[in-house]
Amino acid sequence: MIIGLEHYLFISAILFSLGLFGVLTRRNAVSILMGIELILNAANLNFVAFSRFVTIGISGQLFAVFVIILAAAEAAVALAIILALYQNIKSVSVDEADAMKG
Amino acid sequence: MLNEYLPILILFIINIAFAVGIIIFSHFLGPRKSSAEKLSPYESGVPPVGDTRIRFSVKFYLIAMLFIVFDIEVVFMYPWAVIFKKLGLFGFVEMFVFIGILLIGYVYVWKKGALKWE
Amino acid sequence: MEGIIYKIVFYLFAVLTVGSALVVVTSRNIVHSAFALLFTFFGVAGLYVFLSADFLAATQVLIYVGGILVLILFGVMLTRKVFDVKIFSGAGQVFPAAVGVAVIFFLLATVIVKTPWHLVGERAMEPTTAEIGKLLMTDFLLPFEVASVVLLAALVGAVILIRKEVRPPKVD
Repeated sequence: MIIGLEHYLFISAILFSLGLFGVLTRRNAVSILMGIELILNAANLNFVAFSRFVTIGISGQLFAVFVIILAAAEAAVALAIILALYQNIKSVSVDEADAMKG
Repeated sequence: MLNEYLPILILFIINIAFAVGIIIFSHFLGPRKSSAEKLSPYESGVPPVGDTRIRFSVKFYLIAMLFIVFDIEVVFMYPWAVIFKKLGLFGFVEMFVFIGILLIGYVYVWKKGALKWE
Repeated sequence: MEGIIYKIVFYLFAVLTVGSALVVVTSRNIVHSAFALLFTFFGVAGLYVFLSADFLAATQVLIYVGGILVLILFGVMLTRKVFDVKIFSGAGQVFPAAVGVAVIFFLLATVIVKTPWHLVGERAMEPTTAEIGKLLMTDFLLPFEVASVVLLAALVGAVILIRKEVRPPKVD
């Protein structure tokens, strides 16, 4: 069997599902961020696979480059927020960040 | 085709084999004699005080973040440099607008004193 | 012969990616998670090479492994108290999450298998860096410049958020 589009889509689907599982079950904010990074990687893999197998040009790869850039910006700000949270409540557990709860 | 990547793959395999091999060899070949003195963190030094898991300054994080921003800049510069001669002045201006915007951030961080190391 | 090696290496990278991603979301030690994430990023970079995206593979290694992962490790080290944070939610949350994720995965798998993809023919692998540079400077010029503004905003925002020193928690 030739390695084709479906193989990459399946890997990407597994990565996405694992990332989603991580986001849903983890408590530590940094772990949740790791789950988000997995999801972004899955999306990127899809972009590049489609750009190779379905479209003519390579604009899909450009999309992936921009997603990587945004992931970097997102990680920088998210970790800064997590550090500020840690500074305030001495914990990075998202369950304990409930000060706005009525 | 992918043949150009073969050296990289071989390098990876050699690296992994080397790292794993060293660990296995030292596990089987190295003599193990431990004494209280030998297991202390500094065999002939001052005994450490306090917790080893001391948390370090948040400044390291700021530096890492500055690094990532300029890392991205360099990644963008690479394909730009490959076709720079074809682009001419227009490409030159485009890239300097890009760098200029990031330099504003650098100057801001500098003026904020985030780079001071006390 | 060459085709077999191609397949073996592909599946090696696929297993590396998926297996380490599994470790990322199931490991109880957050440092182990972070290091497993390293292998996931490397595996994805390898898959990019198979997809003839050489520039992207290098970018993945440079930015994800060299940058984002370092940030995440700093985040781990700056916020870790000694063996305290239970990183998992209770079992009451794991089970519904697993069921929901399984449903979503089967949905995706069905879509992947059932859709008649319009494939273009097999293309030769060629270097993409010059092409990416050209697109970046012409069709994608605005996103390119906006990316720098986004990075500027992220930089300023992060500096404002963490300018105050993080002090170690008091032991009392």
